[in-house]
Amino acid sequence: MLRHMNKGTVIYLLMFLLLTLLPLVVTGRSMQFILIQIFVFGIFAMSYDLLLGYTGIISFGHVMFFGIGAYSTAIMFDRFEPTVGYLVLAVIVGVVLAGIVSFIAGILTLRLKSHYYAMLTLALAGLFLVAAEKWTSFTGGNDGFTFGLPDILRDSNMIYLLCLISLALLFFGLRRLTASPFGKVLMAIRENEQRVESLGYHVLHYKVVASVVSGVVAAYAGVLYIISLRFVDTSVFATDFTIDVLLMTIIGGVGTLIGPLIGAGLVEFAHHWLSGLADVHWIFERWIILYGTVYILVVIFFPLGIVGTIRAKLTRHPLRKRNDLKGVGS
Amino acid sequence: MNSLLKLNQVEAYINQYHILHNISFDVREGEVNVLLGRNGAGKTTTLRTIMGLNSVSKGTITYEGENIANEKPHIIANKGIGLVPEDQGIFADLTVGENMSVAMKQENAESTKRLEWVLELFPDLKKFWRKPGGQLSGGQKQMLAIARAYVNENELLLIDEPSKGLAPVVVEKVTESIQQMKDQTTILLVEQNFLMASQIGDRFFIIDNGETVHHGEMEALKTDKAMMKTYLGIS
Repeated sequence: MLRHMNKGTVIYLLMFLLLTLLPLVVTGRSMQFILIQIFVFGIFAMSYDLLLGYTGIISFGHVMFFGIGAYSTAIMFDRFEPTVGYLVLAVIVGVVLAGIVSFIAGILTLRLKSHYYAMLTLALAGLFLVAAEKWTSFTGGNDGFTFGLPDILRDSNMIYLLCLISLALLFFGLRRLTASPFGKVLMAIRENEQRVESLGYHVLHYKVVASVVSGVVAAYAGVLYIISLRFVDTSVFATDFTIDVLLMTIIGGVGTLIGPLIGAGLVEFAHHWLSGLADVHWIFERWIILYGTVYILVVIFFPLGIVGTIRAKLTRHPLRKRNDLKGVGS
Repeated sequence: MNSLLKLNQVEAYINQYHILHNISFDVREGEVNVLLGRNGAGKTTTLRTIMGLNSVSKGTITYEGENIANEKPHIIANKGIGLVPEDQGIFADLTVGENMSVAMKQENAESTKRLEWVLELFPDLKKFWRKPGGQLSGGQKQMLAIARAYVNENELLLIDEPSKGLAPVVVEKVTESIQQMKDQTTILLVEQNFLMASQIGDRFFIIDNGETVHHGEMEALKTDKAMMKTYLGIS
């Protein structure tokens, strides 16, 4: 079976396999928690990449989908029973709600220039945040609330596996989607929307579908995030998350899918290590300053992001060029 | 011969600017019809207006007997009209193959036949099949733009300045390719290069200040020095 897969797929499969075995070696709870966060934010960043990197749509309120997923799960477990059945129901409710919201936002604004979508999503995310803060009887307000998990997820190794398997499935699923004719049309829209329209494609439909898929994946990331914390508060609707995920995507490389995963890893590890150095020097207490510096350096030296820059260098490599000319057109 | 496309007293604006004042002509099936005129006369705007990329403020555009004025570009494209824009509109990050597959929309026996034919016509596209469109030369991009419009089973191709910025040897190749396409598709061509236009055109329409001022057989224009000097600046 491996012979029929391309080299990239085999490498990614091996990486996911190694990550599956990692808990046998890395037993520390804090490291496991960081890895879970990387998987969750990796999924969230991939959903953002589908929008920004593949379709060229900027969203400033992507966090609302994440928050919808998070609250639907937390409320379901809190109001009903923390069972696998209700987890499945929570996922369905979360992704359907996120799908409806992204569909409405898309239909209303995606026929216009992309900054209207960015502004509407920002406004909607603000609305969700205020609603979560004020509707305390339902959401717990700013204080939030804790909830129980289904028995199967009480072991942190199971949460690790759930997040990793979700990441792998969504990565390969989105990779397939972006490599399909549909994905190529999205990339063409990113480059020249008017040209795609005059080739006979109804661009709005494609952009709305991309927005819905992206919103649904982000909502699922929210579900996993809240399971890993066992606590929810209004911070799941905070704009900070959108900025974080935007940076993860840009640092890793927009339009690459694997780039946002690397970006998520770098940002999460940087967050952990830099804030952990607070005892060494006061500057590390303000780790965000260093984080900002790293971000500026990445933008200067890796303008296409880490993966994007490496890919660009590889495609200009003489060997790669020769391969491009061999047996083409078949 | 049947009229495939007919513009009747078409007027169009770009923002507040009145660009097309009175454009009227008809494109006959199976012919290469050439729009001629000086820079800024409104030739490109005419093509974009036919394609639905600019809105029509007055007049009608009839394609196969149906008014398509102010229809959405994708609806017009799906009726069988293809546009090769002046800037070629290549998707730079997509490979040549991906550019072609986006243009083909659906693969069937007819589109595969067309693809094979067009790759024979432009062997460079086959050679650089996996190369990103942005890395092609100007001539190769032009070939890709024409191939992309042709492969999509269009009955009418609107081609905007295919010789612009190309080396003479490439212009010859593009001219040859349009001549070969002529047997299978009706073409409305905008071209500043009169030598090229006169080689492949059957009929011409001269646009001046957003109005069609003359039309006729290309053979007749070749000998009308006065008209060429007045409207095209060729002496």
